[in-house]
Amino acid sequence: MALTKADMAERLFEELGINKREAKELVEIFFEEIRGALEGGQQVKLSGFGNFDLRDKNQRPGRNPKTGQEIPITARRVVTFRPGQKLKARVDAFKGEAQ
Amino acid sequence: MTKSELIEILARKRNDIPYRDIEQAVKTLLEQMSESLANGERIEIRGFGSFSLHFRPPRVGRNPKTGDAVSLTGKYVPHFKPGKELRERVNERYDATDGAS
Repeated sequence: MALTKADMAERLFEELGINKREAKELVEIFFEEIRGALEGGQQVKLSGFGNFDLRDKNQRPGRNPKTGQEIPITARRVVTFRPGQKLKARVDAFKGEAQ
Repeated sequence: MTKSELIEILARKRNDIPYRDIEQAVKTLLEQMSESLANGERIEIRGFGSFSLHFRPPRVGRNPKTGDAVSLTGKYVPHFKPGKELRERVNERYDATDGAS
């Protein structure tokens, strides 16, 4: 089972003792502020977790995989995530089957 | 934007919620997300993106000092795939401001 916003709101409700509506709204604005910063061209650095960076990609040649027709992939800005040392170390220790 | 700046912004937007709760909420959210990934569990946030683990197979590496071969075991690394809304918003604003093709 994947972690979702509902799980996160539930945990805030349980651990912080804020009400369910506030917990839900906090989860919502947490992700919205990160999106907003990235949309405004700002890098987001969350120490212990990782950094969300922006990369500007030039136009490059592409191909429609179905028809084989050549179509350029336009220049674009994309978000990349670089996990921090702490998160990398914690995930590195995982020995099971990942989802 | 850093974690402390994010906390400040959220606290300003929700000044009806005690600052301490906002601060604790941000820390709890990041801790829960890290725990999930550390347990091999995916994270799925609609409109934002999904986090999963990618497997890096075992390989033979080298000690950069001595040049000796060292066998490295396989491991998982966190991976993020931006969701549709995040992808579009980041790119639309870029198109509009920088006049990229």
